[in-house]
Amino acid sequence: MRILRIFFIAVLVILLAGLPFITGRDNLINLVILIFLYVILASSWNILGGFTGQTSLGHAAYFGLGSLITRLLWTGGFPLFASLLAGSVVAVLFALLIGVPAFRLKGVYFAIGTLALAQILNITVGNVFPAISSLPIDMLATYQLLPRYFLFFAIAILTILSTYLLVNSKWGLGIMAVREEEDAAESLGVSALRHKLLALTLSAFFTGLAGGAFAYYHVSYYYQFPFLPVWSFDALTMVYIGGQGTIIGPIIGAIFFVFLREYLALNLGEYHLIVFGVLFILVVLFLPGGIVEAWEKLQKAFSRRSMMKKSKMQSDHIEPTS
Amino acid sequence: MDIYLLQALPQNLVFGILVGALYGLAALGLSLVFGVTKFLNVAHGELLMIGGYASFWIFSLWGIGPFLSLPLNILILSLIGLVLYKLIFVRMVKLDVENKIKNTMLVGFGLSLILQNLAIYFWTADDRGITTFYSAEAWTFLGVRFPLVRLASFAIAFICLIALNIYLRKTYTGRAIRATVEDWEAASLMGIDVHKVYQFSFVVGAALAGIAGALVSITFSVNPFMGMHWTLKALVVMVLGGLGSFTGTFVGGILLGATESVTSLLIGGNYREIVGLILFLLVLIFRPQGLLGTKQR
Repeated sequence: MRILRIFFIAVLVILLAGLPFITGRDNLINLVILIFLYVILASSWNILGGFTGQTSLGHAAYFGLGSLITRLLWTGGFPLFASLLAGSVVAVLFALLIGVPAFRLKGVYFAIGTLALAQILNITVGNVFPAISSLPIDMLATYQLLPRYFLFFAIAILTILSTYLLVNSKWGLGIMAVREEEDAAESLGVSALRHKLLALTLSAFFTGLAGGAFAYYHVSYYYQFPFLPVWSFDALTMVYIGGQGTIIGPIIGAIFFVFLREYLALNLGEYHLIVFGVLFILVVLFLPGGIVEAWEKLQKAFSRRSMMKKSKMQSDHIEPTS
Repeated sequence: MDIYLLQALPQNLVFGILVGALYGLAALGLSLVFGVTKFLNVAHGELLMIGGYASFWIFSLWGIGPFLSLPLNILILSLIGLVLYKLIFVRMVKLDVENKIKNTMLVGFGLSLILQNLAIYFWTADDRGITTFYSAEAWTFLGVRFPLVRLASFAIAFICLIALNIYLRKTYTGRAIRATVEDWEAASLMGIDVHKVYQFSFVVGAALAGIAGALVSITFSVNPFMGMHWTLKALVVMVLGGLGSFTGTFVGGILLGATESVTSLLIGGNYREIVGLILFLLVLIFRPQGLLGTKQR
């Protein structure tokens, strides 16, 4: 089973790596880039929201800061990777600005604080950088889709791999213990603050990287655009639809989300967001574990039925002899 | 300090305080709901937006001004609050506190998305303002202008605060609400119908959002995207003032309004929102129970 899974993942990675060489269709490449972006956003939100149980309403801030800093540095002549790194580091610093005081307190402070940070940055960036950011001519002339594709692909793999390594480490156990019962974790010597801050750092870092990749990918956009609250909302929607606190959940959620949104946007236009809102409320109320939990439930119900059938067959088999 | 600044400062301070009362009123509803039910309804700003639209449509269809139509506004928002409670929020009553906060917040996020887009669908994305015959009236005192509409809004917000405080202290229902806040299990054992208390508080919270919306519709304007802005102000003010103290919430609102207004004069309007964040962080670090809040056990 484990070997099968590794084989499946390897095939998928090879397929995705080979995709741009198989197809020449840019729209397909762009669609996969979009999926990569949302996988990164969902997976990194999940590190904090799913595994650590700290609901952030402000990931748009980290995404926006990552993109803003990367864009400014990169178009200003700095090397791409240095700019990406700088963007992510700034995103982490801002995350800690809220995280350090808010995590000392229990309850709603973190959620309110992250929402406040994100909205205030959103409005301020809109005020200070009201213009569209367009790539300079020389960068536009050398624009290629391929490096963008692989950048997003690499960050997606990095995010998922880091989540996997984290979850299967001692720190990961600590993080989940903090989510389940903070006081109990503390009493066993697990520092809740330190674990929460670790999760926040990782989460903000990868979201910031995604923002940086976004800045590298898009030819022109408003500086404010990556700061819009919808980025936070999309991230947590995908995680909830897919299944929070699992590694595969956000990936499934992101793929489902992108396809559903493209489909609805094509058919309903602006008002697809209403459907999304309804869908999201239904998932939170009735299916808190998302698609992953629904699938497991279905599997369990199925295996129970087949087991019952089996035992019934056995008893049928026995009956004539007795 | 040049002479222009000296003249503008008192005027900005007054405007800030008058706007701050609206922040306080917006936070009052949110704080009541959160204090009693532990529902963090982040769609509170959207309820406020609907209240604003209710005033706008009553005014433009029937010519009744927002102050006169307040009772009708309160009725409409109470009904909407009741429907939302019965349809959605009642399902989260039984969760433990942490999950309750989290799930109501998530549901509120979805709800705000729905309400915002419904508002765009029905009423378009345009800014709508109300201009009545008394809109331009203002008193001048020592060279500082006091627009009548904003003064009246301040008064109404203040009356709401006083009424809420008296109601919670003096009436049976008010005492039942406070008992539920203290300890819902004990309250339930004493014969208080906790479900009714939750429902009532949620409806009153929605009605308060309606009043705030009406006042916003006449002092500023309404559009479908205003909800997030007001939710945020209400949340920040709630933390500033301290959970569980309505007077603190009101004072917090005025403080935020005044500080924003004065800083936008001193360092420019572009950075005025940063002030709210800094205030929020300072309170979080040095006085997490809020300005007038009592320490949580």
